[in-house]
Amino acid sequence: MAVLVYLDHEGGAIRQASRSAIAAASRLGDVDVLVTGPDAAAAAKSAAAIPGVKKVLQATDTTGNSELAEPVAALLADLAAGYTHILAASSATAKNVLPRAAALLDVQPIPDIVAINDADTFVRPIYAGSALATVKSADAKKIITVRASSFDPVAGEGGNATIEDVALPAGPGGSTFIATELSKSERPELESARVVVSGGNGMLNGENFKLLEPLADRLGAAIGASRAAVDKGFVSNEYQVGQTGKIVAPELYIAMGISGQIQHLAGMKDSKVIVAINKDPEAPIFQVADYGIVGDLFTILPQLEAELDKAG
Amino acid sequence: MKVLVPVKRVIDYNIKPRVKADGSGVETAGVKMSMNPFDEIAVEEAVRLKEKGVVSEIIAVSIGEAKAQDTLRTAMAMGADRSILVETDVVTEPLSVAKVLKALVEKEKPDLIILGKQAIDDDMNATGQMLAGLLGRPQGTFASKVDVTDGSVTVMREIDGGSQTVKLALPAIITADLRLNEPRYASLPNIMKARKKPMEKITPADLGVDMTPRLSVVSVAEPPERKAGIKLDSAAELVSRLRNEAKVI
Ligand SMILES: Cc1cc2nc3c(=O)[nH]c(=O)nc-3n(C[C@H](O)[C@H](O)[C@H](O)COP(=O)(O)OP(=O)(O)OC[C@H]3O[C@@H](n4cnc5c(N)ncnc54)[C@H](O)[C@@H]3O)c2cc1C
Repeated sequence: MAVLVYLDHEGGAIRQASRSAIAAASRLGDVDVLVTGPDAAAAAKSAAAIPGVKKVLQATDTTGNSELAEPVAALLADLAAGYTHILAASSATAKNVLPRAAALLDVQPIPDIVAINDADTFVRPIYAGSALATVKSADAKKIITVRASSFDPVAGEGGNATIEDVALPAGPGGSTFIATELSKSERPELESARVVVSGGNGMLNGENFKLLEPLADRLGAAIGASRAAVDKGFVSNEYQVGQTGKIVAPELYIAMGISGQIQHLAGMKDSKVIVAINKDPEAPIFQVADYGIVGDLFTILPQLEAELDKAG
Repeated sequence: MKVLVPVKRVIDYNIKPRVKADGSGVETAGVKMSMNPFDEIAVEEAVRLKEKGVVSEIIAVSIGEAKAQDTLRTAMAMGADRSILVETDVVTEPLSVAKVLKALVEKEKPDLIILGKQAIDDDMNATGQMLAGLLGRPQGTFASKVDVTDGSVTVMREIDGGSQTVKLALPAIITADLRLNEPRYASLPNIMKARKKPMEKITPADLGVDMTPRLSVVSVAEPPERKAGIKLDSAAELVSRLRNEAKVI
């Protein structure tokens, strides 16, 4: 069996979540990968070095079309003939593209898998992770997105795959890419960070939210947020952790002024160690936290920094 | 111009779902049901476009059990003009729902189809993209801003590292993200009025769609429960525990 993995990359570097998707794919068969974009050639080079990858398909495109679901879905559907499974990490890009490709192939996609039972049977969370469903697909081909936090990524170096060019089709038209606005950050990526410090409504405003930065600096952490913090404009949407935001599972997750509603927990409850700081002893976050402090976060935050400086 | 808004009846987002004892699924009997929150946002966006004079008619559609009528009444109370119930007791999947919607789009010829980006029951996040694929029409998913101007729609989309803007020729498919708008509550007079708005009832067979699911549920289980840990008194104790006990810093 051969499996195709559609990779996410940033300026040629393959994202860690995609290496988790490759780890999942290699349980199903021989792995080929697809990279698209203006810097597909650089990405193809990185991808060829990933152990376990047999062949890299690169679709270089400088027209902006590789940013659109329509042509990329058409490409995946064209390539599908050679594969039993098509996978990608559950990123916003994959969620945009894969279901469309599935429709073109008359396949019901299987999103967000957390385990593989066999070539047809997969486990995926439903109801914001309140339940885990084991589902068996009757489709001849499977189209799957992979929850990266459930599969250890393969290494980035050591492989030696061949690289082949493929052409991005024009797609059905009618869709034009205008612009992408990426927020710049020096911090580790939220989804692959070892430590995440998240702030919620308890941070009160965007100015205060910045108070999390010195703590994050000390811990080498990424910064996350609850939806309430995003909705109120303390930080922008890409910080959101939860059912409809990012799913994270760091070694250490610190929740500051977050109540712990189920939709937030859906995005972080698989973290190894959870710390909650909240002034309300009844806050539901304490039901999942390994360590909690009941108190005012604005008092505790500077104390934490001081303790870290001391002990470190 | 005409807008079609599909809506789904799901367990209310404030209710904690319970897995059935026999592991066959999640209990819905006797549980409060509501419109999928993302679909409320989709309806709201359509209503706002109508209030701006861009849209002349809003058609709400639901595919599911007879009870989905309640959800359609809610959509009409929010401002949809009429509704279509495609009644089926078969478990719905994005693929089968997209096929039903495709048939309805071909019949009703809307210029815009606005859906919620995902249903909070199966968390699939697929129906809009699949409908767009089946129709061969442009898609603007995870929309946080929608701007309709002569013959096209500009959509600002939420992506992993920020946002992206695309321009789509009509007819187009849009899926709503949380930040697109804040949906209104239906007022009592509007709830009364909605009772008199037309609701057509058909079946998937009338549209020639086979609803047979492609995914069969082998089992549904509770996720491993996380145990509550301990409460500490000071930042010093926390740092010491993280360092020496949990060994994560
Ligand atoms: C369809 C849908 C999807 C959703 N998706 C998500 C999602 O992906 N992610 C997400 O996070 N939410 C999501 N939500 C929203 C979710 O239901 C909650 O509303 C949200 O998580 C609450 O955020 P919060 O905990 O920051 O705010 P609140 O619930 O307001 O909690 C703030 C907490 O801060 C504490 N606090 C206040 N001041 C202080 C202080 N000085 N010191 C210490 N503690 C303090 C309070 O005690 C309180 O517990 C979704 C909701 C819906 C309907």
